[in-house]
Amino acid sequence: MKRILIVGGGTGGTILANNLARRLRQEIDSARVSVTMLSASARHMYQPGLLYVAFGKMPASDLYADEKALLDPSIHFHVDPAESFDLDHNEVKAKSGKAYGYDYLAICTGSRPVLAAVPGLMENAHHVYTEEAATKTAEALRTFQGGRIAIVTGVPHKCPMVPLELTFMMYDYFKDRELLDKVSFTYTYPIGRIHSLENVAKWAAPEFDRMGVRYETLFNAKEVDGVKKRVHSEEGSVVEFDLLITVPPHKGMEVLEQNKLGTSGWIPTNRATLAMEGRDNVFVLGDTTNLPISKAGSTAHYEAEVLGENLARLATLGGAMRSYEGKVFCFIEAGKDRATYASFDYKNPPQPQPPSRAIHWFKLAYNRLYWNSVRGLL
Amino acid sequence: MSEARIVDARGSFCPGPLMELIAAMKAASVGDELEVLSTDRGSAEDIPEWIKKVGHTMVSSSEEGGVYHLRVRKAK
Repeated sequence: MKRILIVGGGTGGTILANNLARRLRQEIDSARVSVTMLSASARHMYQPGLLYVAFGKMPASDLYADEKALLDPSIHFHVDPAESFDLDHNEVKAKSGKAYGYDYLAICTGSRPVLAAVPGLMENAHHVYTEEAATKTAEALRTFQGGRIAIVTGVPHKCPMVPLELTFMMYDYFKDRELLDKVSFTYTYPIGRIHSLENVAKWAAPEFDRMGVRYETLFNAKEVDGVKKRVHSEEGSVVEFDLLITVPPHKGMEVLEQNKLGTSGWIPTNRATLAMEGRDNVFVLGDTTNLPISKAGSTAHYEAEVLGENLARLATLGGAMRSYEGKVFCFIEAGKDRATYASFDYKNPPQPQPPSRAIHWFKLAYNRLYWNSVRGLL
Repeated sequence: MSEARIVDARGSFCPGPLMELIAAMKAASVGDELEVLSTDRGSAEDIPEWIKKVGHTMVSSSEEGGVYHLRVRKAK
């Protein structure tokens, strides 16, 4: 029997597992292939929904579904987080003490915000990367009566469009509350333009100019002084705030660092085959790779489809045929009722179009359709 | 020419090389020279801008066989 082990029950892992179950139905039924998933949680979170929670547009309860219910019944699902990886002997040991052997391994454990990377950030900034933080951000926005808002971004981070979306959505939120004349926005970004994708930066800069959003590039937060309400940068500049919103720098999961699988928890990955560098039966998906592409659910989705096809062939016929071409699709909320999108791959940069209501409504529909997407129905 | 500490960021894409230089600069002493090796064009443009903004010194910049060599000196 060929054993496929998936470590991680997020977007990439769930789509991969269901894709394999569909492709290998006969082999699984006849016990020639097994698919096992290890996850740290019994619940699956729709992480892009956190942005809407922060603006009171989605109840936190809508973020979650039962992971087992999302998976094909043939998949062996265990809430048993991986703790050690013995890649030379094709074995993963989990928290329960149980060892899981495999012929093919997919690692898709995601990423985590690391606010501690900047002293003072955790104590003084709001963000949208956990349910608790998004809920607190909503309360901070609701009770804010005016002043200086600073949006400070660290890299790398999950969901490339969030810094822009937070800014656009706050602008419309305070416009609706008739507070714009009492609010100023300062947006900072670590590199020499306001977004990592050049064409997205070119599209967003005139929007910021129109809205009166001040921006400072080459700004890497060094520390936050919560008493004086100032963010100091590595570059020596200072941004003052009354409300500090951050898109914090991220790392891969600690367990991957502890197992020395990759610096900062990002696993060196072949950009086409998605194989871990130096291994031919270990694959990496989603945020967990060290690839220079967006850490986003759609990245994991497109990668999972390619890997699903390749792993199904490897487990049966013996040879992978498809390459991941770097495909990513990200919606960009450009306010409370307008959105655009960025669609790109390794060779073709995004070309954001003027925002429209139709794309915004499509995004809201996708927030619901996501659950069918991870089931493999969409 | 004094010896520069090499920050090898080849194969890393924007903003990786800049982030590696920032980390290396933190650990360096005033007067130290560092040479960033990068295969990323965007970073080759960002790094001189960053050096100028912070007030360090850009010593030299060249490109050879697709690898950018950016030599910088910590000034403060």
